[in-house]
Amino acid sequence: MPDTPLTSLTAHALLDLLHGGDVTPTEAVTASLRRIRALNPMLNAVIAIEEERALARAKALAATPDRSSPLFGLPILMKANICVAGVPTTCASRILQGFRPPYSATVVERLEQAGAIIVGMANMDEFAFGSSCETSCEGPTRNPWDLERIPGGSSGGSAAAVAADMAALAFGSDTGGSIRQPAAMCSVVGLKPTYGRLSRYGLIAFASSLDQIGPITKDVEDTALVMEVVAGLDPRDSTSASVPTPAYRAALHRPVKGLKVGVPKEYFVGGLDPSVDQAMRQALTVFRQLGVTVQEVSLPHTEYAIPTYYIIATAEASSNLARFDGVRYGWRASGTTVPEMVEGTRGEGFGAEAKRRIILGTYVLSHGYYDAYYAKALKVRTLIQRDFHTAFESCQAIVTPTAPTPPFRLGEKLDDPLAMYLSDIFTISVNLAGVPALALPCGFAPGQLPIGMQLIAPPFGEEILFQLGAAFQQETEWHRRKPTAMDR
Amino acid sequence: MTYEPVIGLEVHVQLNTATKIFCGCPSRFGAPPNGQVCPVCLGLPGVLPVLNRQALASGVKVALALGCRIQPTLKFDRKHYFYPDLPKNFQISQYDLPLAFDGVLEVPETADAPRVTVRIRRVHLEEDAGKLIHERGERTSLVDYNRTGVPLLEIVSEPDLRTPEEAYRYLQVLKQTVEYLEVSDCDMEKGSLRCDANISLKAAGARTLGVKAEIKNLNSFKYVRAALTHEIARQQEVLRAGGRVTQETRLWDDAREATAPMRSKEYAHDYRYFPEPDLVPFSLAQDDVEAIRRTLPELPLQRACRFSTQYGLSAYDAGVLTSEKALADYFEACVRAFGEHQGVREGDRPSPSAEEDRREGTLGAVPGASASERRVRIGGAAKAVANWVQGDVLAQCRARTVAIPALGLPPAHLAQLLGLIERGTVTMRMAKDLLVQMIDTGEAPPSLLQRLGLAQVTDPQVLKAAAVAVIQAHAKAVSDYQRGKGQALKFLVGQLMARTKGQANPELAHEVLQAVLQEQLARQGGPNR
Repeated sequence: MPDTPLTSLTAHALLDLLHGGDVTPTEAVTASLRRIRALNPMLNAVIAIEEERALARAKALAATPDRSSPLFGLPILMKANICVAGVPTTCASRILQGFRPPYSATVVERLEQAGAIIVGMANMDEFAFGSSCETSCEGPTRNPWDLERIPGGSSGGSAAAVAADMAALAFGSDTGGSIRQPAAMCSVVGLKPTYGRLSRYGLIAFASSLDQIGPITKDVEDTALVMEVVAGLDPRDSTSASVPTPAYRAALHRPVKGLKVGVPKEYFVGGLDPSVDQAMRQALTVFRQLGVTVQEVSLPHTEYAIPTYYIIATAEASSNLARFDGVRYGWRASGTTVPEMVEGTRGEGFGAEAKRRIILGTYVLSHGYYDAYYAKALKVRTLIQRDFHTAFESCQAIVTPTAPTPPFRLGEKLDDPLAMYLSDIFTISVNLAGVPALALPCGFAPGQLPIGMQLIAPPFGEEILFQLGAAFQQETEWHRRKPTAMDR
Repeated sequence: MTYEPVIGLEVHVQLNTATKIFCGCPSRFGAPPNGQVCPVCLGLPGVLPVLNRQALASGVKVALALGCRIQPTLKFDRKHYFYPDLPKNFQISQYDLPLAFDGVLEVPETADAPRVTVRIRRVHLEEDAGKLIHERGERTSLVDYNRTGVPLLEIVSEPDLRTPEEAYRYLQVLKQTVEYLEVSDCDMEKGSLRCDANISLKAAGARTLGVKAEIKNLNSFKYVRAALTHEIARQQEVLRAGGRVTQETRLWDDAREATAPMRSKEYAHDYRYFPEPDLVPFSLAQDDVEAIRRTLPELPLQRACRFSTQYGLSAYDAGVLTSEKALADYFEACVRAFGEHQGVREGDRPSPSAEEDRREGTLGAVPGASASERRVRIGGAAKAVANWVQGDVLAQCRARTVAIPALGLPPAHLAQLLGLIERGTVTMRMAKDLLVQMIDTGEAPPSLLQRLGLAQVTDPQVLKAAAVAVIQAHAKAVSDYQRGKGQALKFLVGQLMARTKGQANPELAHEVLQAVLQEQLARQGGPNR
């Protein structure tokens, strides 16, 4: 069987072949590895290729007579901040060079238990600090739709790799939009689950109260499928919720007629690219045609989301990143005293954006500033949560653009942090509120530049997202388009 | 100008839970370096803490014993500072909402000092750090993370102490209390109990407090007392010279017997506390708190009071016997065993447990007697037990450097020994020797006596035969006795003892000898005494 058709399949289509014995795990993994080797020099989406480990696992799987495990032989990628035992998990940072964790994240354990095969680690913004995948110490990932443009971030490697058919699906992490924004910019599907829906154990923390691991897939059905495997309580994560995991795939075929979706009036204001605005209007028309009621809702505290986010997220990040000191693992600078060594390690090991966020976070937690910044941000966060709660009293889901613009050019916003932070304007509130949100393709700007839509649901309302998302993908072809930039 | 010291203490107690506070690693002392670590306590990237419920329960137990109020909503905070023994470079602790607050510890009066009531400001849970090892002459330092994540309970007093001696007594009572709760081994040598002292001086009678110094590196209660004494003198000197005390952290140097300021860099921290986002705030159910309260044992002060009233012990004896829970338990087990022993001998039912006795307000270990009679008899028995436990038994513990439970002297054995003394089967002298052998061999007194052939001779026939033999052999002494020389009788008794290898009951020997002499005199028709 030629490589292209196999790698271009959705996860559920490939799994049909794997479960049926028409394709072996080794064939699926080999096809994926071959495609990574072919395209990675152009895209730089994968920063650790785990060929030996993947082939060994494929062989071991093939040796078992039972092919029924839900992800049997499925080649997948993990973002480089999700620990995989023995595999470089560096957060694309120099300070973690050489770090191979002795343990796997709970999500990784569940995926591997279900038969998935990790073929490599995906590129990302350093420690997930960024919206363009350009702050990686391994160099930027390029957008498969236009190699001069960013793939979005921070899970840019995961999104670009799935868009380019390097793996059947990938996992990312989302603290302020890091799954959804790159998914939109690469025209794939990305889910930020409800806070607590998945275990964070083994996710190298950026901002603990905002971080969630989530899948990046080729269609909504794949998202539902893989969420059934990874969701659920983990005794090793005190913030994981003891809410039973529904049979998510059952939601894919539920009719959407009669559902109400809200469109926040605060989100369609200045700064929205006309092509995004137009794609959103078309998407809303699709929903109306499906019998969904589209109505205006209000999220009045939206304008405070970005400052609130950058106080909470940087405060937590400054604390979480304190452990990288060269004493136990990773990069170590030379120095004659411990303070000298630690200062050298952190000075050389962290990139500019990481340092900027550590300094910001340290400042907002400093004596005398805590109440003015951190304590106040927590109060505003509560108001933002209430906004969503109120909005969901009149609708089952909220529809917004995922990002205000299509993918921008490499380097365009790298030296303008505020402009960069604004690219997460539609996704950040969702993390502050802890609610789930799904990004899915809804059009293209001129020049084949992807545009994504975001569906937001109440806490643990992932089923509604799958129901609406699957219905939308039934009616549209956006998610079936393949990037061609690598062929040019 | 006279100054009055104002002292407050911060005590860290390592809780003796089987596992660490936020992971499943064992927390015992003395494992090979870095042999008790996992990704969580090593703070590896990506790990998350999960609270050990047992550590929480132990903390609540101490808080309740100190009469504290339990915080309605519990949360943890991160305290940041860079130090190589702290793997995350922050410590999970409790900042603005401690586990418990507003408690009190009563320090009982002594012969020369009054009772002191010390208020407890707060009690909170946190994780311990690792240990840095600096080998002399080495350019690198080593770090052992076994201790990282061992649960710590920090107990902070209000500045209610006024003298170094009061501080010393407070620490003793606090240690005793925690030991009674069996939540820590409180061993300062292993670092499972640590203390920092805050001390300032104020003008006598003044209401405003002076500038305080914090003293660290206090590795024993005696150092605490010595360091405070030194610091009071130092601050007094500064103030009397018109100077000002600087607020600083000072280290006690035991070799120099002085405190010295810590280098400012080592403590000038902004800890940047903020709520630990990986642990969700929670509330303890009132039922759970009450369930823990029900497990509280009788505390040392209450127990000493009970020992005085129930067993008629002096305040001093009651204090010694309740100084450690194990000792107090042992004493009561011995009293109970002694009571049972007597009860069994008298063919009566066994005595109820001490627990029931406490409820009845009387020991009731001697059945068939009236309550008051019983108290008197038990008082006597308890006093005998108290004398033995405080005397020979503790002396044996010291000689063998073991604690009472490890001595190998079951309460039943001591009770049997006391029974043998009471019945006159053995002499005091023999009993003391026997005790040593009982501990050495673990054997019960009756079988030991039999094996050694050491039983006291009380058989009148045997004694009479011996007495006759002595009288025949010492005609001179007999005639001296008959002439009224008291000394002669003592000599004859001594001879009788020698003939029985010291095993004759001395009083009985005396009686029998006298009787035989009377008999002889009567036969000779001499004057009737």
